Formats: sequence, structure tokens, C-alpha cells
Amino acid sequence: MRANRTLEIGTGLFVLLGFAALLFLTTQLPASGLKFGGAKVGYHVTAEFDDVGDLKVGSPVTMSGVRLGEVSAIRFDPKDYKAVVTIRFNPQYGQIPDDSYASIQTQGLLGGKYIGLSPGGSDTYLKDGSRIDQTQSAIVLESIINKFFASYSSKGSGEGGAGDAQGKATDNSGKAESHK
Amino acid sequence: MSNSVRGNYLLEGLRRLGSVALFLLQLLAGSLPALTRPDLLLKQIYNAGARSLIIIMLSGLFVGMVLGLQGYDLLQRFGSEEALGIAAALGLLRELAPVITALLFAGRAGTALASEIGLMRATDQLTAMEIMAVDPLRYVAAPRFLGGVIAMPLLTAIFSVIGLYGAQLVGVQLMGVDRGVFWSQTQGAIDLHDVSEGMVKSLVFGVACSLIAVHEGYHAEPTAEGVGLATTRTVVASSVLTLLLDYVLTAAFL
Repeated sequence: MRANRTLEIGTGLFVLLGFAALLFLTTQLPASGLKFGGAKVGYHVTAEFDDVGDLKVGSPVTMSGVRLGEVSAIRFDPKDYKAVVTIRFNPQYGQIPDDSYASIQTQGLLGGKYIGLSPGGSDTYLKDGSRIDQTQSAIVLESIINKFFASYSSKGSGEGGAGDAQGKATDNSGKAESHK
Repeated sequence: MSNSVRGNYLLEGLRRLGSVALFLLQLLAGSLPALTRPDLLLKQIYNAGARSLIIIMLSGLFVGMVLGLQGYDLLQRFGSEEALGIAAALGLLRELAPVITALLFAGRAGTALASEIGLMRATDQLTAMEIMAVDPLRYVAAPRFLGGVIAMPLLTAIFSVIGLYGAQLVGVQLMGVDRGVFWSQTQGAIDLHDVSEGMVKSLVFGVACSLIAVHEGYHAEPTAEGVGLATTRTVVASSVLTLLLDYVLTAAFL
């Protein structure tokens, strides 16, 4: 009887653990799954961006390279057609000027996106529910390349434009060489 | 002379393959009646699953930690350490967790099954049951087979989760990858398909490893040497079959 009891408890523990792990894998791990995390401490601030790139919930928010908080939500504003990013700041960073400047930046060349803050000069600080007005959107590499090619081909269609550009390029290289 | 020896080996191999396949059918047929004795099944789930928990969790933790170290070392060369979570999660979910769990299962539970049933055979317990008109396939083999099949996916899921936390431990706590980035990148890259791939694999491995263990024990030579041989064969055949099936399944899933 005694042995049977420990056997049942052990099996129950194992099955419970197994299904808990399965539940975690199927609901918590994929982004499409349900999320149930406890409410986190800190204060929330919003910022509007034209383009957030592949900024994700959980991406870090930094100032001078130090992590101050994280992106807690990203939603779409159907009136202005802008992305509204909610930032959760850790409570110990309570003195951030409310005219700070937020820009979406990239870690490394192809890394994930994060929000970098540059401090403003205001004496009033960001508090729960306030908004960061000055923002700069993510720089999408493809759009820069597209712009570059668009401007290049429009030049090329003009008279001798392509030739000019080539001449300039060779000029530059010539200069570079002469500098050496 | 040598040709006939080779022919004998070939025939013997074919015979074993056929005997395993037939045994699987018999087990499946005996599985349904085995479900009417949940106490027998419970004991086997305990033996195969609960008692393998410690080794599975410990191995999962260290495999995850090694993944964290190696993945970090590789990824930081390209300046993309934040992809560590993706690398660890994909590696664990799809490959490492099912395969290593199956290998550990073969070593920990498979050998126990094979030697237990083999010893029952050697001490004529199985024959005694047959004489008493109790089908040993239904009361000895089928619950052990089912127990292994049920335990394997659960063990694999536990291995995956512990391994992921192991990778997080090294990547975030030791190497300084951002915690939010680690998890958000992972969640962005993993979908249900990856989880189900691992689970299907572990289910197949569970059937393969349990089948081999029970079969080897059931058909062991009724001698001390025969039981030892059955145990050895179980580990060798289970490991090789697991790795072979893993390649086939991976090719099928990609």
C-alpha cells in the first residue's frame, strides 16, 4: 500500500511536469500563443513611429547604451496610420527628461531592433502615461537601397548622366590614390 | 562456404526484422486490453518516465548550457548574439531533445525493460503465466511498451524546456545577451510546427525504443548470457535506429 502510494505520487509528478512542459512549449514559446505573464513594475510611456521595422515586444530601450526598460506593446493607430509603441521603464530610472528623443536602431549590421533614447534638456520628467513626441523611425535597409537605385537610374536617364557618374567615380578613385 | 554463411546472416537478419514487425502488431493488439488494467500501466509509466526524470533534467540542463556557450561563441563573430535564443530553441526542439532523450531512454529504461523481461523468460515466469492461461504479452509486454510510448514525449518536452532555460542561463546571465531580446527573438522565430516536429519524432522514437527493448527481452535466450546479450542488443539497436529514424523524419519534415 505504502509503495503503491509513492508510485502514484511519482507518476503524477512526472505526468504533471511533462504536460506543464508541453503547455509551455505550445503556448508560451510561439509568438502566436497565449501569453500570461504577471504585470510588471515600472511606468509606461508611449511613442509614435512611422515605421517600427521588426521591433518586437521585449526589445530593449536604452540610453547611452544602458538598458532602461523594454518595449511592452506595439499597436497600430488607425487614425494617424502610425505605430504606437508602449515602453515600460524600470522604476529606478524615473528622471528621464520628457523632451527626450527616441529612435529605432539596429544591433550590429543585421541584428534585432532596439529603441535608443537621447536625453533632452527639459526639467520635467517622463511619467506614467506621457508621450515621447520626437521620434525617428527604423531605417529599413531595403528602402535605402531602393532609394539609391531610384536616384541612380533617374540620373542615368539624363544626358550623359551615367557617364558623368562614372567619371566622378574614377575621379574619386584617382584622388584617393593620389592621397596615398 | 562463405556464401552460405553470408546467406545465413541475411536470412537471420530478415527473420529478426519479421519477428520485430510481428511483435509490434501483437503488442498493438494487446495494448487495448492492457488499458483495462491501468494499475499495470501506471507502474510502467513510473518506471520508464518518473524514474528517468533526474537524468533527463540534468542532461537537458547541460546540453542547453553547452548550446548557449557554443551558440554564443559562433554568433558573436557575426555580431548577432541576440539570435542565440533562436539557435538554442530550434536545435533543442527539433533535434537534440528528441534524439538525446531517446538515447538516454534506451540506456536508462530500455535496458531495464529488456533485462527484466529477459530474466522473467530465463526463470520461466513467462512460461508459467502461459500455463495458467494468462497471456504474458498482454500483462507483461504490452503495459511496458505502452508505458515507454507515453513517457517519451513527456520526457522530451521536459528536456526541451530545461534545455532552453540552460541556454538562457549561460546566454543571458553569463554572456550578457539581453533577456528580453533572447525571449522575444525566440518567440518570433518558433512556431507550433517546430514543437510538433519534436513531438512526432519523440513519439516515433518512443515506439521504436520500447518495441526493441520489450522484443529483445521477450525473445532472449533463457540463460544468464542471453539476458546480457539482449540488454546489449537493446542499447545498440535502439541508438542506431533512433539516429536513422531521425534522419528520415527530418528529411520528411523539412
